[in-house]
Amino acid sequence: MANLLQQTTSLWNVTMFALAAVVLLLVVLGFVTYAIYFERKVIGWMQLRIGPNRVGPLGLLQTVADVAKLLMKEDTRPQNADKALFALAPVLAYAPAFGVLAVIPFTDSIQFADLGIGVLYYIALSGITVLGVITAGWASNNKYSLIGGLRSAAQMISYEVPLVMSVVGVVLMTGSMNLREIVEAQKDVWNIVPQFLGFLVFLVAAQAELNRTPFDLPEAESELVAGYHVEYSGFRFAMFMLAEYVYMFGMGALVTILFLGGWLPIPGLSFIPGIVWFILKFSLYVFFQFWLRATMPRLRADQLMSFAWKGLLPVALLNILITAVVISVQNGSFHS
Amino acid sequence: MSPELTTVHSEKSTETGLRTEEMLLNVGPQHPSTHGVFRLIVKIDGETIKESTPVIGYLHRGTEKLAENLNYTQIIPYTDRMDYLSAMTNNYVICHAVETMMGIEVPERAEFLRVIAMELNRIASHLVWWGTYLLDIGAMSPFLFAFRDRETILDLFNELCGARLTYNYMRIGGVKWDAPPGWIDKVGEFVQYMKKEVGNYHALVSGNEIFLNRLKGIGKFDAKTALDYSMSGVMLRSTGIKWDLRKDEPYSIYNRFEFDVPTSTEGDCLARYQLRMAEIEQSLRIVEQAVAQFPEGGEIMGKVPKVIRPPVGETFVRIESPRGEIGCYIASQGKDKPWRLKFRRPSFNNLQVLPKLLEGENIANMVAILGSIDIVLGEVDA
Repeated sequence: MANLLQQTTSLWNVTMFALAAVVLLLVVLGFVTYAIYFERKVIGWMQLRIGPNRVGPLGLLQTVADVAKLLMKEDTRPQNADKALFALAPVLAYAPAFGVLAVIPFTDSIQFADLGIGVLYYIALSGITVLGVITAGWASNNKYSLIGGLRSAAQMISYEVPLVMSVVGVVLMTGSMNLREIVEAQKDVWNIVPQFLGFLVFLVAAQAELNRTPFDLPEAESELVAGYHVEYSGFRFAMFMLAEYVYMFGMGALVTILFLGGWLPIPGLSFIPGIVWFILKFSLYVFFQFWLRATMPRLRADQLMSFAWKGLLPVALLNILITAVVISVQNGSFHS
Repeated sequence: MSPELTTVHSEKSTETGLRTEEMLLNVGPQHPSTHGVFRLIVKIDGETIKESTPVIGYLHRGTEKLAENLNYTQIIPYTDRMDYLSAMTNNYVICHAVETMMGIEVPERAEFLRVIAMELNRIASHLVWWGTYLLDIGAMSPFLFAFRDRETILDLFNELCGARLTYNYMRIGGVKWDAPPGWIDKVGEFVQYMKKEVGNYHALVSGNEIFLNRLKGIGKFDAKTALDYSMSGVMLRSTGIKWDLRKDEPYSIYNRFEFDVPTSTEGDCLARYQLRMAEIEQSLRIVEQAVAQFPEGGEIMGKVPKVIRPPVGETFVRIESPRGEIGCYIASQGKDKPWRLKFRRPSFNNLQVLPKLLEGENIANMVAILGSIDIVLGEVDA
């Protein structure tokens, strides 16, 4: 893949690249389809239910049927909505969600763009989604979606700060922002051990970034009915839904790379290919998401803000300080 | 709707030069957290509630007026539809009122069946509250756990009287059906099972940090407010007033059982949560004792005339429903139909304090406060 990027532009490699992107999109869509199925099954089991089991064998085609239904639904738009922005918002939310996947190294050879600033690219691009959310909230011309959109914006912006701060520790240790190099630096020990504090902050902040329980305030069903996408239906709604799950895919991949050693195997089990390890670690994170959803109540908006600024941020800063001091001592910077 | 509520103030902030405006938000009657067709008009400034007006009456069926054209036994199924989560206590209050007027003796076996039914119903009602309240707070699973256990109670009721929600079980002078063979043992088993299950509920929810932060100190009021608004049930007991009609004005055979009346002095949502959970345990205690003392045989209907004609006069009785004091006033002119009938519905009285509690609160607290009052719209609107 990297070679492809270095070559001079020709019809052949542009076609190949486009084709690869389509394949990735299909993989992601496949993931989303079965992540939703898996989520419904897991939560179902946790809640004494069976989960989907009617469409296809074991209900495996349930999500396919749901998506097909969404596609065939009438495209409704509130009368007084801002037409252009209303249509633009789902795209704004979805496009960056898919864009961030470009820098994710799934194994040492499967990666689209080996950017030197991979971490930064991911975080910067994912920050655009909040625009989509707030646009949706505003353009719908609905009070519930407006409040939901504003909450969402406040939450996502607030939690991006501790999220980035928690990654700084990893970047300090590796000395690089390249995601592939970050994984390779974990050959001896995965970052979850030396960067445990950072890992915890990242886990919590990621949960808030993804708008998932216990930080699912933007779509707090019991207060705001559905939050920013209350007026959306049909395929526009599907776009938001898709963005949400693609981010879960992205965040799962990011956690795996930053803290869980990416495609690196557990010592002694290196005969299992890297991609399997990646999928295993990644699935663990995704399962953790579902587990939380079935267990936790929801935070309140003001508690959420104070938690980000007064709780998570100091811990993340402390983590950076400790990491920096330890690295300096190891390098002997204090003696020179 | 009050005229102040419809006018929305807008002003230009001197600091930022931006124009700010208050917003009217219409919550309900179709809203997931109003627990029925209840409407709340709130005026919000950002996320802070300035003012709110509850609008009720969407479920008004005129039960009291309809009752004037029904004979006393025919009224009983109408009471099922008031507080539909606790139809047994509603059944009881109308029967109790007529029995008091006519001085009818109720056989012991019937009283036992009534108490077991009422206490099981109290548990079922609190379970629905527990599940839906946590759904309001954002936790999904407790709802399904609560409904699983409530289902067992509904199955027991189904065996007893053939209905799951609108029981129409009690009659003036007794009960309609005797317990089927083995039913009492099943109730005993359920009590043992449920005792363990309440422990699981506490383990899952009661200590959760997020949950405690959501409820502690929210929706607080004192004993004077509670009395001024004529509150009853858990709403009253959460402010430190120990008042439970089962203890203070014992009706039926409640004076035969040992149980505590849980009270708290906090007066916030958390106190009300803890009290309802404690009440489940106390109800289990009562059912356990009732099962142990259940008489071997005996009548289930007392001596009641063919046509029920209470003597001329009026009476008011009140009992403790899961939501508070439910009262029944009957004015009789010696006919087979009441001249006037009035229910004191605890949900209706408890709900009145809502605008006062909501003032200055965050929208997210709105559902926490409304949920903690535990209203049933069928009863509010009757």
